Order: sequence, then structure tokens, then C-alpha cells
Amino acid sequence: MDQAVRQPTAGDADTHNSHGTNATHDASQHPIRIYLLIWGLLFVFSAMSYLVDYFRLQGHLRWTLIILFMLIKAGFIVAIFMHLAWERLALKLVVLVPPLALLILIGLMAVEGDYTFLTRLASFTH
Amino acid sequence: MSTHPTGMAAATATATATNLPPEGLKGVGADWAADKQAFPVPWGKAMMWIFLLSDTFIFSCFLTSYMNVRISTTAPWPNTSEVFGLMVAGHDIPLFLIALMTMILITSSGTMAMAVNFGYRRDRAKTARLMLATAALGLCFLGMQAFEWSKLILDEGVRPWGNPLGAAQFGAAFFTITGFHGLHVSCGVIYLLVVANRVRTGFYDRKGSYETVEVAGLYWHFVDLVWVFIFAFFYLW
Repeated sequence: MDQAVRQPTAGDADTHNSHGTNATHDASQHPIRIYLLIWGLLFVFSAMSYLVDYFRLQGHLRWTLIILFMLIKAGFIVAIFMHLAWERLALKLVVLVPPLALLILIGLMAVEGDYTFLTRLASFTH
Repeated sequence: MSTHPTGMAAATATATATNLPPEGLKGVGADWAADKQAFPVPWGKAMMWIFLLSDTFIFSCFLTSYMNVRISTTAPWPNTSEVFGLMVAGHDIPLFLIALMTMILITSSGTMAMAVNFGYRRDRAKTARLMLATAALGLCFLGMQAFEWSKLILDEGVRPWGNPLGAAQFGAAFFTITGFHGLHVSCGVIYLLVVANRVRTGFYDRKGSYETVEVAGLYWHFVDLVWVFIFAFFYLW
């Protein structure tokens, strides 16, 4: 093979994806603007979840807001920063479906925790 | 090989333009059923996603066990808002240290995303500089975590088996979860420095692809992602 293949110059940047395997998405097309926008939004939502604590909100309002802001931030990071929004559905499913099994684990452990708590109350306090 | 490389590239480009794989669920079927590679991405990227998936399960198990011990303890859970507060100019600001650490990690994620973007534009200098900035912010985060740990261990007397603030399980959950996350940040800083150095020396220009930068970026964004969950469940709950 000649030098042109092993040492591409800036001029062939527009064709570099053709010998790569990712034909459906060219990350160089994303403007920097979208990253700056998401970056700013992450700051805003982090500040908002911090304010939930600062103003000492309690009860269901606190938990709903914390989880809401958390999921929004996680969504932005995975979809935009990690480019999952531009991947093919087959890869999205591999990444997003298996963690759903964790919901079962969380449910089971919450029930188990309640049971242990009640047992401790019944056995160790009078 | 007698064909000119640019001619080859043009031929491949036309082939993909006229032969686009189907989208949606039909695309999933086509990707898995056809006699070909299931994920049309570089192998490093596919493997990094699989690794991050397994890491998701590890961190989820830690957070779930933290939930379990917190539900089951009869002793009051220490107030994280006060434990992680910081005295600034005579005022006790709740959770100030953690808020700063969060901002630093988000900033580092932003610089990493830009590094990946400049990598695809083949801007070697900017990519390397942004990656070094990301690693520096990671080190800054680690420094603050070291400060947080020493404050808790030396001043507050928190141990994995007990503490004077409340439920004994607090220390075990705290050291396991933040320790494992800190380990990920430390490995990430080393990883970023290695890749940044290769960017700087033109390794990926010779290789003809900056995909490794994106794969390193995936790892770094995941570290930030985990912190989002730790911040919500451990510090704010």
C-alpha cells in the first residue's frame, strides 16, 4: 500500500468514514453548538437539584424532583455526549434493555429491606 | 492493489448511499439476521459499550445494597447535607463540596465531548489540549475527593464499620460507592493521558482514524453518568 493510505491528510477528512465501518453517522457533522447547549443544560439541572437540598424541600416533592433532574441529566449525557441518539437501534437496545432487569432487583431489595427493618424493630426494641 | 485509494473510497461511499440498511425494528432484524457483523461500529466502540453495560450492573448493585441497608437500619441515617457541608467565609454552606465536585465533573464531560468532536475534524492540537484539560479536571475532582475522605476519616471519625453520626452502615456504603467511582476516575485520567499523548504525537493521523478518542470519551462520560446517580441517591436523598 502506498503512503496515501497510511498517512491521510486533512484533505480526505470528508471521506474518512467510508473506510470506517460507521456508515450511518458521521460525528464530525455535529456542530460544537449542540455540545455547549447540553453542557449548559447539565449545569442548570445540577444547580436545580442542588437547590432542592439548599431549600430543604422534603417528602415526595423532594424525591420526585431529585429523580426527575437525575433522569434528565442521565438522558442528555447518554444520548448526546455518548452519541447513543445517533447509533442504530440494535446497539441502543443492547445498552438500554438489560438494565431494566435491575428494576426487579431494586424491587426485591426494597421489600427485603422493609422486612429486615420490621424484624429488627420486633426483636431489638421494647 | 492497483486501484487508487480515493477511487476505492468513492466506490464504497456510493455503495453505502444506494444500499442503506433499514431503520427501526426492521433494522434490528436486518442487523442481527444477516450474515454480517451485527453492530456497524468499530469493534472498540462496541466492546466499550458492553463493558460499560457490565459496569452499570456493578454500580447498580452497590447503590441497591446501599438502599437496602438504609431501609433496614433502625438507627437514624447521618444528614449528608450537613456532613458534606463546607465553611466558606464564615457561612456553613450545605453540600458545597459535592456541588463543586459535580460542576467540575460536568465541565470535564463538556471538554471531552468537544475533544471527540475536534478529533473527528482531525484537529490534532485542539483534541490533545481538550483531552489534557479533561484529565486535569479529573485530577482536580480526585483531589477534592481525597480532601473529602480525609475530612470524614480524620475529623468526623467515619469508619466502614461505624461512625459517631448515626447508622453504622453509612461508612461502608460511602467508602464502597465513592471509592469505586474514584477508582474509575483515576483509571480514566490515566487512560485519557495515554490517548491524549497518542493524539499529540500523531499516532491516530498515521492510523487514519480518531475512533479511539471517541471510545475514551464514552468511558469518561460514563464516569460522569455514574456520578449523576451517586449525587442523587447518596448525597441528596
